[in-house]
Amino acid sequence: MKVPMTEYLCVDLDSEKWECRVCNHEIGPATKGYKEGMLVYDRDPREIHPPIIDPEKYRFTFSPDPEWVRILEYYCPHCGTMVETEYAVPGHPPLHDMQPDLPALRAQWAKRGEVTVPVVGPAVTADQGHSH
Amino acid sequence: MNDIATPVKAKTPSAEELALIKKFLSDTTLFLGPDPEIMQNHDLMPRTEAEDEAIRKMSDAHTIAKIRDRIQAGCDEGYEMVEQMGAAPGAKWGDVITGVYSASGDLAIASAGGVLIFSALVHHPIKFIIKNWMNDPTVGVREGDGFIHNDSRYGNVHNTDQSMILPIFHEGKLVCWVASTVHEGENGAIEPGGMPSMAESPCDEGLKMSPFKVAENYEIKRDILTFLQNSVREPKLQYEDMKVKLFACLRIKQRIEETLKTDGPSALVSTLRLTMENVRAEVKRRISEWPDMTVRTYIIQDSTLRENCVVKINCKLTKTGDRLIFDFRGSAPEFTNRPTNTIVAGLKGMLAQVFLCYVWPDLPRGQAAFAPIEVITDPHSIVNCSYDAPNSQSLMSIFTGFTAGQHAVAKFLYSCPEKYTKVHAPTFNMINTFIWGGVSQHGETLGNLCADLNGMGAGATVDRDGEHALAPIFATMADIGEQELNEEDVPFLQLVSKKMTRDAIAPGKYRGGQGYTMIVATKDSEQWGFMTTCQGAKIPPLQGLFGGYACGAYPLSKVKGVDVYDVLLDTPEKFKHSIEEIMNEQPFEGASYTTHHMGMGFEISKRGELFMISQGAGAGYGDLLERDPAGVIRDIEQGLISPAVAERLYKVKFDPATLAINHDATAAARDAERKARVARGVPYAEFVKSWNKPTPPSHLQYFGCWGDDVGKLYMGDVGKYREAAAPRPNYMPHPKDVRIAELEARLAALGALGGEKQ
Repeated sequence: MKVPMTEYLCVDLDSEKWECRVCNHEIGPATKGYKEGMLVYDRDPREIHPPIIDPEKYRFTFSPDPEWVRILEYYCPHCGTMVETEYAVPGHPPLHDMQPDLPALRAQWAKRGEVTVPVVGPAVTADQGHSH
Repeated sequence: MNDIATPVKAKTPSAEELALIKKFLSDTTLFLGPDPEIMQNHDLMPRTEAEDEAIRKMSDAHTIAKIRDRIQAGCDEGYEMVEQMGAAPGAKWGDVITGVYSASGDLAIASAGGVLIFSALVHHPIKFIIKNWMNDPTVGVREGDGFIHNDSRYGNVHNTDQSMILPIFHEGKLVCWVASTVHEGENGAIEPGGMPSMAESPCDEGLKMSPFKVAENYEIKRDILTFLQNSVREPKLQYEDMKVKLFACLRIKQRIEETLKTDGPSALVSTLRLTMENVRAEVKRRISEWPDMTVRTYIIQDSTLRENCVVKINCKLTKTGDRLIFDFRGSAPEFTNRPTNTIVAGLKGMLAQVFLCYVWPDLPRGQAAFAPIEVITDPHSIVNCSYDAPNSQSLMSIFTGFTAGQHAVAKFLYSCPEKYTKVHAPTFNMINTFIWGGVSQHGETLGNLCADLNGMGAGATVDRDGEHALAPIFATMADIGEQELNEEDVPFLQLVSKKMTRDAIAPGKYRGGQGYTMIVATKDSEQWGFMTTCQGAKIPPLQGLFGGYACGAYPLSKVKGVDVYDVLLDTPEKFKHSIEEIMNEQPFEGASYTTHHMGMGFEISKRGELFMISQGAGAGYGDLLERDPAGVIRDIEQGLISPAVAERLYKVKFDPATLAINHDATAAARDAERKARVARGVPYAEFVKSWNKPTPPSHLQYFGCWGDDVGKLYMGDVGKYREAAAPRPNYMPHPKDVRIAELEARLAALGALGGEKQ
């Protein structure tokens, strides 16, 4: 059974592996962080958050300071989907951000049965108002 | 050796002696400071015998629902009264809560609107009153009494919030409490507006009202009122809002009395208790539906509001069965002389809002929704500060703590089939607005803020873009208000307002909601100034979600040496309506154009000088290459993003004149970018070999743990740290002293000190 854990990742409870939900690439053991099976790119934040005011003239420009923060981009090595981003202080070890308890997950989903499309959640809709 | 130093075997006191010692200590308590037993506990008080008895008499679910709705309507009525009649801008725009508390002090039912952070932390002062004043012959708690409170060390968020608290009696017996809390703004601190960023100790933070009696026979005591009015910059506001809060409480009291008449006291007490117990049980049930997992995240504060530095808010969220534990150990140590610390109740209040506003908005508002959730911190942490630490800018830590919680919770919710909202990327979390003060055009002394702080951009969700300038993270149903009305009272104009700041974006498959530009200039007063109290000019205070990006950075820009009102009269074509144009084109000759971080201490402004900021964007959700190209073009058309940035980031190809999308070229460009990612991305194991460093960078003043080692908290320097469990003072030098030292070093290097004696 596969459990969708994020927009782009699922855990295969049978193989105990992280998988890419876009291309089904087997990323790595779910007993470890999925990031260990990813490609990582150290992104200069100014490329994503461009300066709005002239960096030649000003100290602060609306861009994050690349000496203070970097964006770690995690890509599926097979399809190139950007699975996660991490705004990180330079040199700070990447976080093991999702560490599921696999036996508990297996027990929980054994009762539920597999879902192919994750539940999105209720939409906010306009109320019809109070009437009699 | 002398007698004093000679060790003697300690005598074990008898039970009688112990009782005597206890009585002596109790009778001779010199100071009733904040009580850790009260302040560290956010769970419900144990069920009392009276509650047991009431529940035995009445526990019919339909009757309880009827009474709860009636009390809820009463709370909402009180809320409306405060919002409509309150003088404080915070009151007018919903920075309010009203509620009914159990006889033990738990907030059972709160108003649906307003600031839900209060739902988890206005109960502490009531518990202080119960514990200390109820049986004190010099104080007592009687029918007709009203208690005031604002000292956050005894509960609540920060000292700008004031509460009015009334006990409700039935036939001489205390049955519950009602209270009304408002963000009043002014409180006599060293800067106007009630949230001083210059505070270096609690003594700089203005009024320190531990809970005390301010009304008897439902009338405000004039002698105490006069003292309070003399202690703040807005004496009329102080009086008006104390009255407003008192009368809102009396209205709720009226609704309670109607219930007492129709259903009796047992039904009321039973309703309050069972409402809380049922919500608490339901929360544990909902948690049990989440996956058992540990999620880690951190949010970076990039300043103390006085200086830029790196301040870590570290969060590990673990769910096991029906237990949910927020572990904030490893977060920065408290600052001894900076006000960005928070009491832990403030952090818990904001975390409660994650659930009440964004996860389970269907639950009845009250203390119970967060009651079973556990929170762990280090002692003397920036998220659990001590009595001696200033906390007037606690918002900085509770908001970033909120975001850490919101980011972590989203990773639990995705797989859970039982959802009450959609999975949500972090909402913008800083109060990008102007706090103001001085003497108005009407000669009145004022100190408060623009309610534009309520215009935080929303995070994107699993299937839609975030909404622009939607609502503050602490009140989903607050308002921004009409600036034109505000300008009748204050001597400045927002020359640009509600115009989206182009390219200040949070890209993703679904982008974050954006923020708008504010450009203000003083007009009709020579004694007027502004301050700003935000972080995020160097490091975004958010994380993106599932491949989405966070927002960018947001600085303060100033233009001085110009009277823009003269420009508007004489050469109006020179005035531009964006920060981008004014700062890049520098249209006013002879003016100075500067940028700053967003922690501007109170600064007197001259007529026509420009102060310019932008609200922030909520975080994006998902891989931006999956964004619908039509959505990208719509963003261009709406002025949210410039065509060149849109094309470069989203890899959408379109006709620059007509904006017609070339779908084939877009698909090709996106495919090429995915391939480029695979080519430039480095396998994780290889990447961390060069990326990971054993300590924080030496060029940054870094506070908090590094990596997973939460036992060691850095204090601004690689060589300076504390053991997490062993607090140490953490002083920051005055930024001007730092600057003077830098300049003197440069003079010394040039040999230009001129033989000055040291």
